[in-house]
Amino acid sequence: MKQVLRYTVLGGVVALLAACGSNVKLDDTPVESRTGSPPPADSTGPRTAQQGSGVGSQKVEPVAIGGGSTASANLGRVVYFDYDSFVVKEDFRPLIESHAKVLATNKGKRMVVEGHTDERGGREYNLALGQKRAEAVAKSLALLGASDAQLEAVSFGKERPAATGSDEGAWAKNRRAELKDR
Amino acid sequence: MRIQRRRISAALAAGLGFGPAAFAQFRVEIAGVGATQLPVAITRFRDEDASGQAISAIVRADLERSGQFRSVDSSGTLDERSAPEFPSWRGRGADALAAGSVTRLPDGRFDIRYKLWDVVKGEEVLGQALAVSAADLRLAAHRIADAIHEKLTGERGVNATRLAYVTRTAGRYALHITDADGEGGQVALTSPHSIISPAWSPDGRRLAYVSFENGKAVVMVQDVASGQRRSLANYRGSNSAPAWSPDGKRLAVTLSRDGISQLYMIDAEGGEPRRLTNTSAIDTEAVFAPDGQSLYFVSDRGGSPQIYRMPAAGGNADRVTFNGSYNISPAISPDGRTLAYVARSNGSQFRVMTLDLGGGTPSAVTDTSDDESPSFAPNGRLLIYATRAQGRDLLMTTTLDGKIRTRLLSTGADVREPAWGPFNR
Repeated sequence: MKQVLRYTVLGGVVALLAACGSNVKLDDTPVESRTGSPPPADSTGPRTAQQGSGVGSQKVEPVAIGGGSTASANLGRVVYFDYDSFVVKEDFRPLIESHAKVLATNKGKRMVVEGHTDERGGREYNLALGQKRAEAVAKSLALLGASDAQLEAVSFGKERPAATGSDEGAWAKNRRAELKDR
Repeated sequence: MRIQRRRISAALAAGLGFGPAAFAQFRVEIAGVGATQLPVAITRFRDEDASGQAISAIVRADLERSGQFRSVDSSGTLDERSAPEFPSWRGRGADALAAGSVTRLPDGRFDIRYKLWDVVKGEEVLGQALAVSAADLRLAAHRIADAIHEKLTGERGVNATRLAYVTRTAGRYALHITDADGEGGQVALTSPHSIISPAWSPDGRRLAYVSFENGKAVVMVQDVASGQRRSLANYRGSNSAPAWSPDGKRLAVTLSRDGISQLYMIDAEGGEPRRLTNTSAIDTEAVFAPDGQSLYFVSDRGGSPQIYRMPAAGGNADRVTFNGSYNISPAISPDGRTLAYVARSNGSQFRVMTLDLGGGTPSAVTDTSDDESPSFAPNGRLLIYATRAQGRDLLMTTTLDGKIRTRLLSTGADVREPAWGPFNR
């Protein structure tokens, strides 16, 4: 159940104390967290989760509202793969679930998944392998709530390594899919 | 790295009678192959230095790179009007001798004349005069090498053809169009983003390639003379691996728009692609057979990437490669009889191979382990490919048996993705 904490900040602390004493039922009143600027007509700007500072005994649950890039800013954005593989490993399920949630709750948000390979092998086959990695991650996102229209899977094959070097350490860092906002 | 190159240049200059290292062409030659090469002497053309191009050195390097000639001591001052002392040239081991001159004309062009003699028979076999602008001096030298090549072997030379390749320097990429020796070229495209898979149209007027300038792989077609370019395929996902049909009217491409990389056919003028393969595997790197009737391509439908052949209109595919678990990057010789490709062995070594399509076992062409993208010369006698040595990407040409391999001069940039242009220049 999503809760949005909405209150108008007039003179800062005074307003907070007033709200504090009004017995607002947090469970069913939609509220919105603000950073101190006057509330706009509709909320399209980035929203920051406010910690429940200065509201006395009423517990305020900080909520990160999906929408802007800030919502997924703190999530990991890279899924790593084994050699010659495009299987999304279990380790990355939480990462994908989190992004899928963000996408599911913000139908206007779009992302691109960029697939990559390590340097070994041909450029065209690696382009296709990177594409499979990107598609695998996009499919996982779709299974967990994102819609196809929000996603494009593309590939850079071995053209954009994240790490230079011809050893397994570098190769492992290059076999990846990156999730980026559009 | 630079010191090493100079040492190599000096060794070559000393050993082969070259002038000052105008042509540092590092060559690998298997011992014993010299007996099959025609020994030829190409003397300095009179006044060639004044023209700004070492005409005779270009001709010498061209003939050697073909694998069918070797240079003998070419010192001496002759020109096309000379009467050579044939016994003394026979004494140097020459079977053929060429001498000429370069004369500046009043209008700024250059008059190049030369003669070719059969030293054994003691007679002139070829004489030519060309009038060219300064900008065309290199091309004139290549044409002379072609004429000599054809006269002495009966086969067409490829010295006046062009190459396309990609360089990367400090994070910038450039698509080059050069002479067949890798030099004298122009930049067709520069980009901060990668460029891969250049493919010449059969008439040599257009280049298709893959550009990442839009944040994804897109197939572009560019008119070489005008530089005009347009995107041929920019569908959802990756668009890549363009290959022209022999009549220049269609291209096979790899598109991932239906969820996985598959082969499609698309008109050269653009239009809706027609899907050719229908597998749940990666199908990519299609190339046409020279008769236009079939496509060779890479598929991992059997579990790992192998080369297959199917009708150009689509249909069942037959597997062509059976050795090893990773065979990619097919190229077909102009006579349709030989497949060149890259095979992975020992897990991490990638090597250019050839296979007689009429039957037989594959043979390795190189002894390097980081080979990519083989491409046939239009006379079918040479391959160009990319490889890696001492941390640098570089281009090599080789005879099909791998016995004469020449490194094309690298400027210090990483060089990759070579494509050999057609005969029509």
